[in-house]
Amino acid sequence: MSPEPHAPPKPRALPGSGEARRHVLVAIVNNRTGVLNRVASLMRARSFNIETLAVSHLDDPAISRMTITIHGDDVHVEQATKHLYKLIDVLKVQDVTDEPTVQHELALLKVRATDRIRGELIAIVEMYKARIVDMSPESVIVETTGSETEVDALIALLRGYGIKEMVRTGTVVMSRGPQSIEEATKR
Amino acid sequence: MKSMTRGGGATPAGPPGPGAAGHDQPRGRAQPRGRAQRSGHEPQAGHEPTSSGHEPTSSGHEPTSSGRAPQAGHEPMSSGHEPQAGHEQPRNPDQQPRPEPGPEPRPEPRRSHEPAAGSPVAEAVERARRDMLREGAVPRLAARARIGADVVCEAILRQGVDVLWGYPGGVILPLYDVFVDHPELRTILVRHEQGAAHAADGYARATGRVGVCLGTSGPGATNLVSGLATAQLDSIPVVAVTGNVPAALLGKDAFQEIDITGITLPMTKHNYLVRDANDLPRVMAEAFYIARTGRPGPVHIDITKDALQQETDAPHPTDDEVAAGLPGFRPTLDGHPRQVRLVAHEIARAKRPVILAGHGILIADATDELRALAERARIPVTWTLLGIGAIDETHPLAYGYMGMHGWKHVNRAIQAADLLIALGMRFDDRVTGNVRTYAPHARIVHVDIDPAEIGKNVAVEVPVVGDVKRVLTAVLAHLRPVADGGRDEYLAQLAEWRLESEATSWHGSGAWRGGQLSADYVVSQIGEATGHDATLVADVGQNQMWVARYGGFRRPNSHLSSGGLGTMGYALPASMGAAVGRPDKETWAICGDGGFQMTIQELATIVQDRIPVRIAILDNHKLGMIRQWQELFYGGNYHSSHLFSPDYVKLADAYGIPAWKVRTPDQVRPAIETARAVDGPALVWFEIAQEQNVFPIMPAGKGLSDLIETWGGADE
Repeated sequence: MSPEPHAPPKPRALPGSGEARRHVLVAIVNNRTGVLNRVASLMRARSFNIETLAVSHLDDPAISRMTITIHGDDVHVEQATKHLYKLIDVLKVQDVTDEPTVQHELALLKVRATDRIRGELIAIVEMYKARIVDMSPESVIVETTGSETEVDALIALLRGYGIKEMVRTGTVVMSRGPQSIEEATKR
Repeated sequence: MKSMTRGGGATPAGPPGPGAAGHDQPRGRAQPRGRAQRSGHEPQAGHEPTSSGHEPTSSGHEPTSSGRAPQAGHEPMSSGHEPQAGHEQPRNPDQQPRPEPGPEPRPEPRRSHEPAAGSPVAEAVERARRDMLREGAVPRLAARARIGADVVCEAILRQGVDVLWGYPGGVILPLYDVFVDHPELRTILVRHEQGAAHAADGYARATGRVGVCLGTSGPGATNLVSGLATAQLDSIPVVAVTGNVPAALLGKDAFQEIDITGITLPMTKHNYLVRDANDLPRVMAEAFYIARTGRPGPVHIDITKDALQQETDAPHPTDDEVAAGLPGFRPTLDGHPRQVRLVAHEIARAKRPVILAGHGILIADATDELRALAERARIPVTWTLLGIGAIDETHPLAYGYMGMHGWKHVNRAIQAADLLIALGMRFDDRVTGNVRTYAPHARIVHVDIDPAEIGKNVAVEVPVVGDVKRVLTAVLAHLRPVADGGRDEYLAQLAEWRLESEATSWHGSGAWRGGQLSADYVVSQIGEATGHDATLVADVGQNQMWVARYGGFRRPNSHLSSGGLGTMGYALPASMGAAVGRPDKETWAICGDGGFQMTIQELATIVQDRIPVRIAILDNHKLGMIRQWQELFYGGNYHSSHLFSPDYVKLADAYGIPAWKVRTPDQVRPAIETARAVDGPALVWFEIAQEQNVFPIMPAGKGLSDLIETWGGADE
């Protein structure tokens, strides 16, 4: 019965065993108690570490938008998006990893800054199109926005001056061009 | 033994066994009358399954030799002695009149705990039973305002569900307080909330409707959890309602408060916490809609005590309003037309196709479409554990049960196939074994309503998301019938494999090594005795696999089994749900001694609510599957797999359930018939071989071609 007795068959591919990479998911969800918990619980149950997560409501306050970045193999992440879709409170999910997008995050950095080096710092900040939003005799707070790598680059540069405190919002993302995930959700 | 094929085993209707003939004790009322006529046996002592002559050492177990009459309460002629009268109707209307028993022997003094007729205790039992069924209760709804608790009852009744399983407690009492005003709703008091969840699950599986269970806050709710997880993994529509502490106390660690919605969140299809009674009509309607729509599943509703007591006149929404209010819940029902054509194309060019029928066929009620597909394209049908009943097992194209304990010929056909047509199944690891070596020559068509199942465990060539009934209907429209004689050679090859495989590990004489009672025989006899029409509810472990292999199923939803979660203790409570949901079908719970002892408390429920469940205990004094794994894979290190067994006949007697013990093959069929003749619950204790294994077995992590077929010797 076996068609090719001499040629051993190729092993069947295991879904989810490919190479892991960074994925960015956008989820449009109902703005209700516990929705974040549902999403987080689902990711945990599938052993995803959520690397960044940004949530805010839309123009319509009954609906929220989540931007989630996770690491995983394409099939594994696709499974996660399918499971996200199954949540009753999730209206739309999109993996925008391979789409042209604008990806930005905001970071606040409290940097040690004495009189001696403050001028040097201001020059760097201006060069990176960041700005100083607070100043004290011993420190400044630098606010910067940009892609993850841009923010990383600034942080690397400022590290030498002594970063006392740092906070990053995590990436928010929007597809380039006229298409809108919100409009697609309403349709 | 090995040479016997299935069905070749003799029915033990032969002459009386040795030792039985000398049985001359007064049988009294303990002999079940009417059995002889039904089963066609002569009413002689030799067929008495409990005749003590077979068991000189255990005569204490025998109702006949002890002179007790545990089943007297189920005998119409003696019902006057019992506190629970009113069950004079014989179970089968066409039953022949029972023979006159002759002079009634004086009843022996009672030794059971059944209260004597006319005693205050008996009155209390009767009162409790009457209260449960609400005979004579006066509805008093008109005298008061409608509250949240009324909404719950109305919503359940609006969904066509007329029974709920529950256990009261502090915060759920407002709901119990209004049951009297909704007499159409039958509430059954279980003995543990896990039993309520399993019973709702059994009800749902047997009827296709939504099952409803109920518990209080804290421990009541956590006790429901195993049952809800069972329903989740097996896609069973269940709605669980729990009470919670008043909203003001939420989060304060109040008495019996636990974050139950946090617990059920990852193991239900959806859940709710309701604090406002005005939300209840919508939430209840949504819960039922979500539970039964698309891929079914359990939904949990947690309601605060004050919401149950709050007055409300919020109206119930229609199904359309519910659907419109759930924009995030739109299951795909129709398969994509291009994919449907692809399926037809794959089938047309396949040389060795195999259909893998799963639970989805039963849920979607697609058995006719499945049979049509199989017949038109001449494709053999195999099934998963939960796909049992998708096709009549006697159908010429019904090929068998697949997977870890499936038939060798079935797994062989899958491994040799060039096309697998997977319908409403999810390639569980118990089905595929090692995925890398699974069906190496096959392209795979996968139809499932849940997109998340596609490509989850195996990569597939043709995915189709949709309701399997609709998809199959669409595929059939594209499918040309296979010409006469098409696939003849293929089907002949499969038949040959089958003949060889069905002979292994089958004990048609009923005896395993050393003449011990063989479990596969017992299960097949239950199937035969009930005309393959009864609902057989399996527990988990070896008994489950024997039921799956040897039960012989011909009707959809006649096989209930906790497949995904493998919840021991499932059978007894689930069989209550099945028996209440389908009173027209006989219901058997087939348990191992381990699983039976896990939910043994529900014996009280089946007695109090007179649920006609027949219980078969396959007692090997072992956790049989654990023992089997320890023997095969852990070098015979039998830790914690040996079980002490109580005297189940005495135990059943304590509950007032008639019971018989069976140790030899010739007692099996008569005992089954005797239990069937009882009007009400009955129990048969089969003491089976202690070390019998279920073969073949695919070791965990191995592939479908690596089955172990025997271990200790040829007699396995």
